[in-house]
Amino acid sequence: MFAAVLGLAYPRHSKPETMQTIIKGKAYVLGDNIDTDQIIPAEYLMLNPAVPEEYRQFGKYALAGVPSAQGGLPKGHIPFHNEEDEFISPYTIIVAGKNFGCGSSREHAPIALNAAGIQAVVAEFYARIFFRNAVNGGYLFPFETPDRLCEQICTGDELEIDVSKSLLINRTTKDEWGLRPLGEVAPILEAGGLFAYARKVGMLPAS
Amino acid sequence: MTAMTLTEKILARAAKRDSVRPGENIWVDVDVLMTHDVCGPGTIGIFKQHFGQNAKVWDKDKVVIIPDHYIFTADAMANRNVDTLRQFAAEQGLPYYYDVHSPAYKGVCHIALPEEGHTRPGEVLLGTDSHTCTAGAFGEFATGIGNTDAGFVMGTGKLWLKVPPTMRFVFEGELPPYIMAKDLILAIIGDIGCDGATYRAMEFDGEAVYALNIEERMTLCNMVIEAGGKNGVIAPDQITIDFVNQRNKSGKPFQVMKSDAGATFAYEKVYNVSKLEPVVAKPHSPDNRAVVSEVKGTRLDRAYIGSCTGGKLTDFRAAARLLKGRSVKIDTFVVPATSEVARGLQTEKLNGQTLEEIFLAAGAKLGQPSCAACLGGPSDTFGRLNQALRCISTTNRNFPGRMGHKEAEVFLASPLTVAASAITGVISDPRDFL
Repeated sequence: MFAAVLGLAYPRHSKPETMQTIIKGKAYVLGDNIDTDQIIPAEYLMLNPAVPEEYRQFGKYALAGVPSAQGGLPKGHIPFHNEEDEFISPYTIIVAGKNFGCGSSREHAPIALNAAGIQAVVAEFYARIFFRNAVNGGYLFPFETPDRLCEQICTGDELEIDVSKSLLINRTTKDEWGLRPLGEVAPILEAGGLFAYARKVGMLPAS
Repeated sequence: MTAMTLTEKILARAAKRDSVRPGENIWVDVDVLMTHDVCGPGTIGIFKQHFGQNAKVWDKDKVVIIPDHYIFTADAMANRNVDTLRQFAAEQGLPYYYDVHSPAYKGVCHIALPEEGHTRPGEVLLGTDSHTCTAGAFGEFATGIGNTDAGFVMGTGKLWLKVPPTMRFVFEGELPPYIMAKDLILAIIGDIGCDGATYRAMEFDGEAVYALNIEERMTLCNMVIEAGGKNGVIAPDQITIDFVNQRNKSGKPFQVMKSDAGATFAYEKVYNVSKLEPVVAKPHSPDNRAVVSEVKGTRLDRAYIGSCTGGKLTDFRAAARLLKGRSVKIDTFVVPATSEVARGLQTEKLNGQTLEEIFLAAGAKLGQPSCAACLGGPSDTFGRLNQALRCISTTNRNFPGRMGHKEAEVFLASPLTVAASAITGVISDPRDFL
């Protein structure tokens, strides 16, 4: 169902042709109201994501604005990047609380996460523009959870998301949670983002 | 006919439908698309990637490009981004490009849009900036979008939108002279939280709203995004219509609408403004509300008056009332939003002194029109918090690092409260100076 789920708006880190029905990797846990200035501080917005080398640079600065004590919960003070790779983070899934991505409309926010290798965010809910950008640009899966997982999952836990079943499994603790189905944005994600969707429904000529 | 809110009526018109309901996904025709130097280059990249290197925008009269974020900086990449906009405007033959270092230069896009006649009642305005919601003050649907959405609009003139339910905020009573629109919106955000209007429209109504001038109404709509709002909106009255007619150079006709009697609101709250106190938002969130009397005396390092929220002529008039004949005790930065506001500072007088003379005599530093330090920006940005300072500001956000340094602390307040605090160097109540 979710073949070629992610769109092709920009060159990206993960290969879009990979059919990603299962997303696996380490969790990086954050709290509530992680705003776009924390996800990508304004001092890096002179990078133009339409230039591939500059797109890559965003990975380096992803989450650069998160105060150290709030980065990598529950302990905090866990850097998002390790010393081996300054661009790609060892973490694949962000787990956060309420209102993830609030603040500015900058698409650089989901781009920075994508460039750092993040494939999904699991939050209680999202600020509207961040969610739109994630879906329409196809940078990552913005899953919503009815549970307050940012207080149940630890940074570094090995997670697995079964996209088609909307299921989150914590391989480290053996816990499982149902995620909210992607619902009305599923057709856009299924098509591969806004442009692909518009081509599919005939709004744009097929490329 | 189904009774609809103002936001629903505007969206129904844009979708060429008789009615729409909250929660529906609809395709709308866009009346104006705005972009700037931070999101413009990425938007242009998406547009060219999907529509072709030689593609033309869907309607050159409907694309407005206003560089405003990183303008007066030595940063080579920031300047490169403005070059990208300039080149695109030239190749597309865009009539509404407000170039840096040219007589057409404006400054902050959300203030430039109405000044240059790009805001009209009943229209749909989309911009690659979250504070695009400011234009709801003109009775239109205005909201922020990302680069992909904007690139799509650039090529098609269309976008899908989810119709938001409307929350209604009614301000009754007479506004005391020490209360400004900034206090009203900070009070609302404090009440409903910075996610309290997520995916919703916020409509403002009541005699105290219609007693506000157009700039104060813009302040009200400007910060709906700080509550997560999709758009803010105020039904037009004669003040709106007169302003728009005076500025609407293209002469494009517009449709004045208001919420139907019997329209369904998802939430309603009535405020009596005569009872409100000056409000601040403490670090590090716009919903971290306190009345000024609770935080009075908090030591400050800096004061900042500027941005789309607090850098309009009305904001500077208010600050000048307090600063006239007084001196600031802390570094105080004054940044007019646009070149028109900057000219106003030089021409508008208070008891024989121009506003600019008042600010300079008080010891404030005057910057050039742009977004400047509101969002930090390059390290050479005027007024940027390059150290862990404590600042009181008329801007709109105080999340960690917003104005530069991650450990800086920003208090958001009205221009009156900021001016009072600049005089004393501690958070102060404007009532003590009026």
